[in-house]
Amino acid sequence: MNETTNGAAMLTEQTRKMIDHWVSKFPEDKKRSALVQSLMAAQDQNGGWITSELTEAVAEYLDLPAVWAHEVVSFYSMFFTEPVGRHKVHICTNISCWLNGADELVAHAEKKLGVELGGTTDDGRVTLVREEECLAGCCGAPMAVVNGHYREHLDTEKLDVLLDGLE
Amino acid sequence: MSTEMETAAIETVSIEVDGVALEAPKGAMIIEVTDKAGIEIPRFCYHPKLSIAANCRMCLVDVEKMPKPVPACATPVMDGMKVYTTSRRAIDAQHGVMEFLLINHPLDCPICDQGGECELQDQAMGYGRSVSRFVERKRVVKDKNVGPLIQTEMTRCIHCTRCVRFLDEIAGTNELGGVGRGDRLEISTCVENSIDSELSGNVIDLCPVGALTNKPFRFQARAWELMARPSIALHDGVGSHLYHHTRRGKVLRTVPRENNTLNETWLTDRDRWSPEGLCSDDRVLEPQVKKDGVWKTVSWDEAVETVVSILKEAGEDVGMLMSPSSANEELFLGQALMRGLGSGNIDHRLRQSDFSDDAMSPVVPQFEMPVAELDRVNAVLLVGCNPRHEAPIVGHRVRQAWRNGAAVAAYNPVDWDFHFDTGLDAICAPQDQVSSLAALAAAVAKLSGKEPPESVQGIVNEARPGEDQDTLARRLAEAENALVLFGQSAQAHGQAAMLRALSRFIASASSSAFNELAAGGNARGAWLSGAVPHRGPAGSAATAGKNAQQMLEQPLNAYVLWGIEPGFDIANPARAVQALRSAAKVVVVASHAASGLYEMGDVILPLAPQPESEGSMINVDGAVLSWAAAATPQGQARSGWKILRRLGGELGLDDFRQASLAELQSDMQVAVAQQPMEPSRVSLSVDSSAGGGLYRIGDVPIYAVDALCRRAEPLQKTVHAANDWLGLNAVDAERLGLNEGARASVSQGGESAEFEVRISERVPQGGAWLRSATCTTRKLGPAFGPIEVEVA
Repeated sequence: MNETTNGAAMLTEQTRKMIDHWVSKFPEDKKRSALVQSLMAAQDQNGGWITSELTEAVAEYLDLPAVWAHEVVSFYSMFFTEPVGRHKVHICTNISCWLNGADELVAHAEKKLGVELGGTTDDGRVTLVREEECLAGCCGAPMAVVNGHYREHLDTEKLDVLLDGLE
Repeated sequence: MSTEMETAAIETVSIEVDGVALEAPKGAMIIEVTDKAGIEIPRFCYHPKLSIAANCRMCLVDVEKMPKPVPACATPVMDGMKVYTTSRRAIDAQHGVMEFLLINHPLDCPICDQGGECELQDQAMGYGRSVSRFVERKRVVKDKNVGPLIQTEMTRCIHCTRCVRFLDEIAGTNELGGVGRGDRLEISTCVENSIDSELSGNVIDLCPVGALTNKPFRFQARAWELMARPSIALHDGVGSHLYHHTRRGKVLRTVPRENNTLNETWLTDRDRWSPEGLCSDDRVLEPQVKKDGVWKTVSWDEAVETVVSILKEAGEDVGMLMSPSSANEELFLGQALMRGLGSGNIDHRLRQSDFSDDAMSPVVPQFEMPVAELDRVNAVLLVGCNPRHEAPIVGHRVRQAWRNGAAVAAYNPVDWDFHFDTGLDAICAPQDQVSSLAALAAAVAKLSGKEPPESVQGIVNEARPGEDQDTLARRLAEAENALVLFGQSAQAHGQAAMLRALSRFIASASSSAFNELAAGGNARGAWLSGAVPHRGPAGSAATAGKNAQQMLEQPLNAYVLWGIEPGFDIANPARAVQALRSAAKVVVVASHAASGLYEMGDVILPLAPQPESEGSMINVDGAVLSWAAAATPQGQARSGWKILRRLGGELGLDDFRQASLAELQSDMQVAVAQQPMEPSRVSLSVDSSAGGGLYRIGDVPIYAVDALCRRAEPLQKTVHAANDWLGLNAVDAERLGLNEGARASVSQGGESAEFEVRISERVPQGGAWLRSATCTTRKLGPAFGPIEVEVA
């Protein structure tokens, strides 16, 4: 509704294609439904985190109020509004994993990587994500999500292997 | 009959609330039914005009056979449902919710501006504990600066999201949202933005706590110190109902007064904050007379004597220009004064420049579809109309219609920023507007087989409609309820009569309603009172005279300026100032006067503006709405009708003997019962003198419509008040060698001024968007007319 800026030009061809793909899955007047995936695409384009400008560029591309996009980005823990490392490691600390020793895993990873939960290694290799919600892998607790892949029944040795495998 | 009764039986259900049997429409929520029945259920997020959020949980009630308490705002009634609002379970639930709400809410009501009129405070008294059990740290949320009108104190927010839903659903600007989640949720503009909706002030009323409060009114008074004086808004023709909250005769704030056929529970920012202009520095407080070039404060007697001698001397060679936002009583007596002096020179249509259809115009500007029905139309055609700024309540209704599926098309000189989508538009510069509308008229004529009226036949027959026009004509004709909204930029157009005739034909041939949104708060009252040069009250035959334009083109000996500022309220300020300077005498009756009025005036009489005087107006629907004075007139200001009655009396004129407002109003009723003159036919001609140059689009900014509003400081600090810039299309700008941000020199009628250039897709090629009634454009020529632009 504001003067059109050229914000949407910040989105790459691939991001636009991805957004168009998700928009096509919903009724024409329900573009808002495509927000999460569109913002994810923009986050991927930007090396794993999303800026305020990119958030608004997505809103502009979808012709939605900017505030709707900001609401989504600030709500979900898998959107990162600050720079992140090349790899994201989410160790679940919710109840099942916690009862099965998640705290120990977190302490181990913190010590090994030399960062606190939520931090990124100095070389920009790994971000140890602070997980807020259950990752829905309770049957394999304790578990972690590494770059989108579920790793279950973890212990410190298995975690070492996982972390060492990240370039 | 029996089937009707059967359907009626299905449509209602019987429920029982606290042992009381109630009938309720099927699908209604429990809270709607209990509200209607006067049963109290506490709530924060629920609002009858907004969507249901059910997020505050304050309205939990106990329903028989339901395993746990349910929110009354989101639970539909069912036949045989038994609801308990005060059972142990309901009370426990409400207590629990209240305790949660108060966890993070400061308990410092005495220093909160909402204290005394706070829904949370009231309900905490009814449902809260007397002592808090919460000993942990409370959350603190940073305040946001959302502009000059709304004060935020976000720590007090309880996340009911009424403001978010209002700006989304009603205002359509989506300027607030909920950022973060859980215990970190904040209501925010996200980026450092202000809330710029023309209806933004309503979030103050909606906010149940002290998170959003009235910034100009902040810490001025407590609710219980204020008297609520019912009144009517006079800044557009809607006649919104409102209360002025006063203390010791002074208006401290203004709030809406519910009226479902007009403003519902809302109030526009213009109506809410214009009274801030009452206390401006340039209020006229005493009668003053210019003696040998020096202004002297005099007594009312002496001032009236001076005016009487000026008017006697001028005789018939006098003209009166009245504000279209004057009360009926002023307009009626104003025209009676002029006609009593033998002059028919009276007009309120100050922004108009084409009067060629006067003889065939109806008694009052047509507004065929009432405001209350505007949100039910299926198709809208805007002709030179920006409803958001001209009458924000009408804009809101059009938006609701659009939300309900209506299609809107704009035939406007600028692609204004609307809160609804438009399609099949014809955005073209003023010099092309007649031909583009004629093309649409031709499409409508072709489709309906109806002959256009004689006055526009030539131009319609010549026009060649395109595909867009054919589609739009079909849309208007096929819509169950279609509306043609004829706005103020069309009325101010150099060929307004032609645009009006074309629009009327389009409306009648496509069975659409024709609504003209006339400029000023009381245009309908002005027409009916006879404050037009060609007709008396109710369109009766009366002494005819010069219209607003002729009065200034063919200067008169004396002028009476009633509640206006020539630089801001007249279509062609340059010419107005010229004529007034050359006049022998100028009588100014005004509530506010800047240096310009002192320069050209000879006598100034202090006029009490609307909140300080009594009177009535006629809104666009034709309803007569009257009000009593809400505040005490400042200084020696007097109500307009009293000033005019005295002047008429001293001049020895008939019809000026009313001892009271009631007597005057009954005189007016007799006058408006007169037989109107038969409208006569006139022929209109196409003006093709525009040539190839740029044509100015001089619409009036939302907060510049009258003297009071122009002095309301909070409104003048909003983004809508920064209008001293020149908008150009990229093509024209390139041709002229002007870049974004460059300085351009514009000239019109021998006057010139400099402006910053803004290149905008909203401006059509051939147009120069330079608004009227700003501090720089007040010196320029016609608002809609040729304009020269060059590099400064």
